[in-house]
Amino acid sequence: MSEHHHDHDHDHSELSETELRVRALETILTEKGYVEPAALDAIIQAYETKIGPHNGARVVAKAWTDPAFKAALLEDGSKAIGTLGHVSRVGDHLVVVENTPERHNMVVCTLCSCYPWEMLGLPPVWYKASPYRSRAVKDPRGVLADFDVTLPEDIEIRVWDSTAETRFLVLPMRPEGTEGWSEEQLADLVTRDSMIGTGFPKTPGAPS
Amino acid sequence: MNGVHDMGGMDGFGKVEPEPNEPMFHADWESRVLAMVRAMGAAGAFNIDTSRFYRETLPPDVYLSSSYYKKWFLGLEEMLIEKGYLTRDEVAAGHAMQPAKALKHGKFDLSQVERVMVRGKFGRTAPAPAKFNIGDKVRAKNIHPATHTRLPRYVRGHVGVVELNHGCHVFPDSAAMELGENPQWLYTVVFEGRDLWGEDGDPTLKVSIDAFEPYLDPAS
Repeated sequence: MSEHHHDHDHDHSELSETELRVRALETILTEKGYVEPAALDAIIQAYETKIGPHNGARVVAKAWTDPAFKAALLEDGSKAIGTLGHVSRVGDHLVVVENTPERHNMVVCTLCSCYPWEMLGLPPVWYKASPYRSRAVKDPRGVLADFDVTLPEDIEIRVWDSTAETRFLVLPMRPEGTEGWSEEQLADLVTRDSMIGTGFPKTPGAPS
Repeated sequence: MNGVHDMGGMDGFGKVEPEPNEPMFHADWESRVLAMVRAMGAAGAFNIDTSRFYRETLPPDVYLSSSYYKKWFLGLEEMLIEKGYLTRDEVAAGHAMQPAKALKHGKFDLSQVERVMVRGKFGRTAPAPAKFNIGDKVRAKNIHPATHTRLPRYVRGHVGVVELNHGCHVFPDSAAMELGENPQWLYTVVFEGRDLWGEDGDPTLKVSIDAFEPYLDPAS
């Protein structure tokens, strides 16, 4: 959206009905003194720059390299992450669930879109859309196939439906061939989807 | 409420379609809607459960055919009108015409932004001891309230096991209707996939929900 559009209300011809309605609402909220547009800009900028899956990736990489931190993380996710100065805004009630060779975890919110924003950023459209929300609890292997993910037939699948203010983060298994890697190197392998349970971390050496 | 939003286990919605290199917003207006919802919530115009309830009460055809942030926008507009922060005439005119209604926490300005970037706290002091212990068998009640609830339909009537106790939390069913926080114990309850979906269900599947104590009865 250009500045031109922001500043010229008469130029409606190029705007959709939704754009017009959203703009009208912001005008009313501003004129009534409820919100300051610059504060809305600041919220958006914070989401675009500060939050994202890099936060979760750092937590996962630390858990892969520091057994004491991993134990603390699985005991109380919010508390353990709170001890890391650089990822401190996690809020209460974050539960970290560990993938193992016997169990694969997946997170969904069948009722709306609950998701650990502070760890993963804003959720992708698919997470909030009907196909994922409807199928994840009934046919998780079918959903995983949509992501080209196949699991061994005997591995247990555990789906966590986020029906309260608890938030869930999947701790994926550390990829093989990463012995001796630093936390920073490992964090580069951690994908957003691997922390939702619809993907795996990247494989060392594979093209990204 | 038994709305279309409660879609766990429904069929017919098709494949999940991940979008490569998905942008954070698909249009600028989406980011404005996100910011307005966060700002007006932080200013005290509504709580998170009320805002969810307004989205759930969108007509089913509107809910299913609207994009995510469109639903947020429609819910926000209706909620602010019904709570007296704006009028339908103002929405039609696109400008303020009536005096403002006082916000519980005052105008949302730049000094408030840091605050909304931290997740709210929902844990509360327990008014009574927890009824259930970890390992207890519980049955999700067969209830169908016409108002907001966070007990999804697909577990109602089924028996699961209490796996985690998250402490006492704000009760969404009360908070959404502005009937107070009414804190309740919150548990992770895990169900066997085949108990939920029958013999054809995935034998390796376990599904958990986070259930407030009033949603549960003891089961043996």
